[in-house]
Amino acid sequence: MTLRKTAGHSGRKLVLFFVHAARMSSLALQSLSWIFLAPFRGKPIRWGATFVQMVRIGVESVPIVSVISFCVGLIIAMQAAYQLERFGATIYVADLVGVSMCRELGPLITAIIIAGRSGSAIAAEIGTMKVSEELDALQTMALNPIGFLVAPRMIAMMVVVPCLTVIADFVGIAGGFVLAISNLKIAFIAYFNQTAEALLAKDFITGLVKSFFFAIIIAQVGAYQGFNVQGGAEGVGRSTTTSVVVSIFMVILADLMFTMLFYSTL
Amino acid sequence: MTEPIITVRDLHTSYGHRKILKGITLDIYPRETFVILGRSGCGKSTLLRHLVGLNKPDKGQILIKGIDMVTASEEEQNALLRKMGLLFQNGALFNSMTVGENVALPLMEHTPQESSTIRIMTRLKLGLVGLSGFENFMPSQLSGGMKKRAALARAITMDPDILLCDEPSAGLDPIVAAGIDQLILKLKTALRMTIVVVTHEMASVFMIADRICLLHDGEIKFLGTQAEMRQSKDPYVLQFIERRADDENLDPDQYLQDLMAE
Ligand SMILES: Nc1ncnc2c1ncn2[C@@H]1O[C@H](COP(=O)(O)OP(=O)(O)OP(=O)(O)O)[C@@H](O)[C@H]1O
Ligand SMILES: [Mg+2]
Repeated sequence: MTLRKTAGHSGRKLVLFFVHAARMSSLALQSLSWIFLAPFRGKPIRWGATFVQMVRIGVESVPIVSVISFCVGLIIAMQAAYQLERFGATIYVADLVGVSMCRELGPLITAIIIAGRSGSAIAAEIGTMKVSEELDALQTMALNPIGFLVAPRMIAMMVVVPCLTVIADFVGIAGGFVLAISNLKIAFIAYFNQTAEALLAKDFITGLVKSFFFAIIIAQVGAYQGFNVQGGAEGVGRSTTTSVVVSIFMVILADLMFTMLFYSTL
Repeated sequence: MTEPIITVRDLHTSYGHRKILKGITLDIYPRETFVILGRSGCGKSTLLRHLVGLNKPDKGQILIKGIDMVTASEEEQNALLRKMGLLFQNGALFNSMTVGENVALPLMEHTPQESSTIRIMTRLKLGLVGLSGFENFMPSQLSGGMKKRAALARAITMDPDILLCDEPSAGLDPIVAAGIDQLILKLKTALRMTIVVVTHEMASVFMIADRICLLHDGEIKFLGTQAEMRQSKDPYVLQFIERRADDENLDPDQYLQDLMAE
């Protein structure tokens, strides 16, 4: 009996998982078509709203992204130095910090911060609009909520997250610099040259490619959770939390896939 | 008579397992004011939502200007919707925009007009509902009745052919409520709109209605003109006109059972 219950329960969960996955892919396709196809059919993108979102998601995140990346750069440098000191090879701290920031940590940290800061905001905004029938009002005005709300936010994300990632990369490397110069007594110019030599264009570019896809994931999960709100204020709260958890999870999964791909091919 | 502009045929709808509308059939003709009456929770707002395609019926047909709202393509629906206005029961103003932006939004998105023209048209509509000078207020800074009126202004910005109002005068003082009635009459005569109003105010019903429909238990209990309604002998219709409460259920055993039921 309990076995059957468990099976039924997990069966339902599994079905629900596929339902969500299918609905989310459909939302993603519609959003992409509103961004890339609709403008050619006389439904222009709302650039004003897009710009507002760019400021809100991007410009306002610069301080927090910078501070956290700087700290992470410092941390990696310290951990690397701890290991490399034993071999008297502390100069390779530059390689480690540079490569790990650009390939992995810059994109990941940015994505996680933006998921918590802006993905949740998208879910909360759209969810609140659903609860107060504003989405219905949009529809009765012949305005599509995806074109009207999701497209501007998604474009803003796709532009702004890679930009923030570049900032995170550089600030993180600067964190390593500070430690190297102050604690490891490495000359500025030596550290700089070492970093420049260690970093390849592809390290940088694979990071940016990843961050572009992270942006899509965060925007999509936020919007999907917003549209999915049931009930009132507590429904909005639940969806907002879920959006953060799900988007971080999906970002990490995507990161794993990309890394496997880049690791084996590039 | 002319062709109906709105036709509802055998409309059935439910939320989950609860049946709400059980076979509504009605025709609404161009330029008439059609009032929908019914007790709270009987499905009036639900019926309006079906007319604009927000809800899909379990069964039945909804034709707007001869086009089936259920099977129409998105383009066809949008073309119809641009010429329809819906005042939501709770207003449903966009809380992130000012009152002026709310009213201007349909114009901005659907018409290629200059922003100065749009500003003038926005002020005009706000003036009609007695909200001149409030265009820079946020919805959260308005009273309940003012929100209702701002939402009405938004519903008529595109000069729709069909205006659907869900309790336009609920929560308004008698003077403003009378003003809304006057506005509805004006919209009908001057702008030749077809107007569907859900309301509970019997005074306002007798002021504006050409025809009246009374919903009860998901079905149409009465449909006809004011005069026909006044002559009706149906006890439920009479109860509605005379504002009489239900006879109290005086079966103490039944009452006790209801209270104790699991
Ligand atoms: N989203 C929903 N989910 C489930 N049930 C709903 C939903 N919306 C409405 N209902 C139910 O449908 C019935 C009709 O609701 P509706 O809002 O149409 O009533 P109404 O006639 O407009 O009432 P009122 O005069 O109080 O506004 C109600 O009994 C309500 O419980
Ligand atoms: Mg209602």
